[in-house]
Amino acid sequence: MADGGDPRVLVRVDGLKMHFPIHEGLLRRQAGSVKAVDDISFEIFEGETLGLVGESGCGKSTAGRTILRLYQPTEGVIEIDGRDISTLEGTALRDLRPTMQMIFQDPQASLNPRMTVGSIIAEPLSEHHAMNATDRRNKVYELLDAVGLNRDFANRYPHEFSGGQRQRIGIARALALNPKFIVCDEPIAALDVSIQAQVVNLLEDLQEKLGLTYLFISHDLSMVRHLATRVAVMYLGKIVELAPRDALYNDPKHPYTQALLSAVPNPDPKTEAVRERIILTGDVPSPANPPQGCNFCTRCPKVMDRCRVEEPTWRDLGQGRYAACHLLEDA
Amino acid sequence: MFTYTLRRLAFAVPTLLIISFIIFVILDMAPNDPTASLPLTIPPEVRQQIRDALGLDQPMPIRYFKWCVQFFWNEPVNLIEQWTGWTIGDSESRLRVISWQTRSPVVDLIAERMPQTLWVVGMSYVVGILIAIPIGVISAYKQYSWFDQFGTLFSMAGFSVPTFFTGLLFIVIFSVNLQWFPSVYDTTHRVTDWDSFWFQVRQMIMPVMVLALFNASQISRFMRASMLDNLQQDYVRTARAKGLRERAVLLIHVLRNSMIPVVTVIALGVPQIFGGAIITEQIFRVNGLGQLLIVGIQSADIPLVQTLTFIFAVLIVLFNLVADVLYGILDPRIRYD
Repeated sequence: MADGGDPRVLVRVDGLKMHFPIHEGLLRRQAGSVKAVDDISFEIFEGETLGLVGESGCGKSTAGRTILRLYQPTEGVIEIDGRDISTLEGTALRDLRPTMQMIFQDPQASLNPRMTVGSIIAEPLSEHHAMNATDRRNKVYELLDAVGLNRDFANRYPHEFSGGQRQRIGIARALALNPKFIVCDEPIAALDVSIQAQVVNLLEDLQEKLGLTYLFISHDLSMVRHLATRVAVMYLGKIVELAPRDALYNDPKHPYTQALLSAVPNPDPKTEAVRERIILTGDVPSPANPPQGCNFCTRCPKVMDRCRVEEPTWRDLGQGRYAACHLLEDA
Repeated sequence: MFTYTLRRLAFAVPTLLIISFIIFVILDMAPNDPTASLPLTIPPEVRQQIRDALGLDQPMPIRYFKWCVQFFWNEPVNLIEQWTGWTIGDSESRLRVISWQTRSPVVDLIAERMPQTLWVVGMSYVVGILIAIPIGVISAYKQYSWFDQFGTLFSMAGFSVPTFFTGLLFIVIFSVNLQWFPSVYDTTHRVTDWDSFWFQVRQMIMPVMVLALFNASQISRFMRASMLDNLQQDYVRTARAKGLRERAVLLIHVLRNSMIPVVTVIALGVPQIFGGAIITEQIFRVNGLGQLLIVGIQSADIPLVQTLTFIFAVLIVLFNLVADVLYGILDPRIRYD
């Protein structure tokens, strides 16, 4: 997208819903459902980074996990490399795992404490490739080199490393199968700032070298601005706005995006002093019981009567920009 | 790890000495009389002479010291002599810990009873573990399924119904009504051919199963809880994202991590095997250690009870250490230094 031309769509998500049932009472009947992801659609082009931002609990991580089929989606289509994976099961799904991988948020908990780093990285290789032990070891060394870790670390256990090193192990693990598409689920949220930069630079280098496509999930707007080609903003299970990075940061269309961006501090004290914050009041409604009409109507500073009744449609605003808001209808 | 083990063993020595003294004091304060089961026609002076002959006229600290010498020095020396065939000092007049009731050395009595207990109670522990682990794994994997509900019911029942009840129930059903298994365990039975082996299996089934169900109900709960704990962990999601087979996720990742606390619980339970299952051994007439202890208590056989109880204490201290060391071996995050 950034280079123009005709980019190939690698991932296509259409009308994806992920509802978790709530069971209640003595017989554990289904009493309702948490609509963690509620009808989202977007495309990711090959070689780009799509940033997915939103506040805590808005369903970003669930969306990422559902796209990789770590959950069974309630509804919708997920196409990766032209193949619909939304209903695949068992071996058919496992055979596709090498193309899509995930980097997890908590680098400590997502590594098996009883396995050495070497065996954590080598495990997918022995599962998906017929490789002998020497080749496997060489591949592990190669991957450790690629993420900037010492080869001797292969025989150590995850608890012996710092947070940044563990996240590098997680990245090496995700890269082991030469995936095309990687979902980065807040990979830097658990790290401190100096380490965040290292990991983000590593992700960028790897993307350049290996031609990776990222879905980068984060609540860190500055980091997404640095890394993403396009950005999608999520609120309460829905995508409210999707636009190329610069367009979104310079001229946000949706009131929620405006509020979100107004919260980013500016390093220049002069502009920071005059920065106008849009303060949202109230809490995010429960995804088990979202409001009628527009999901954002309970907190929107520009709310109209219509918003409480009618759900806004997903509108193409031209130049690759999309948003869902009644205000943009006349514009 | 090695120095840690040595240090723990060194600390165990004073602990065990204190335990042996406490056991001795408690037994000494117990209001029982080794001559109580003798015929009433024996006059009191003779009774007193019998007591004096047993050494009961001496003060308690002296008796304790004598027991210590007999148990900690004479018995080990005697064992070494038996194993190696050497003669160390004056082995004829060396005093061993003698049972008041049977007049034979306590250690010999224990060695005689040990095999029955180890076979029946030990086997029940093994069977219990073999039943418990699959139940725990499946219950956790299919949480709230009918299998899990049934497993919960099974372990609640197994845990809350005492063995003297299940033992009698088994006897009524399988010995009296169905006449499948003998109700009395024949200790003198020798396995020489297939028929006698089959008889041995049949007489072992009931006592083994009664205890195995009791053990299984506890261990399966631990297993289930530990599995549930690990199934929620992020690394399980990572394993699935790697595209592993579900069986590999469950058995390699979840089960191995879940076994860490369960192995500890199992190791801590091992001393119970040596302690014998007092009640179950009584019901099925197994001539094991539990039965020996009961008979010793009934006849106020203080050297026997003292020695047996102390050996249990040693095993408990030892297996606590084994559990800790196992934990350190299984979990790479734990380091003892």
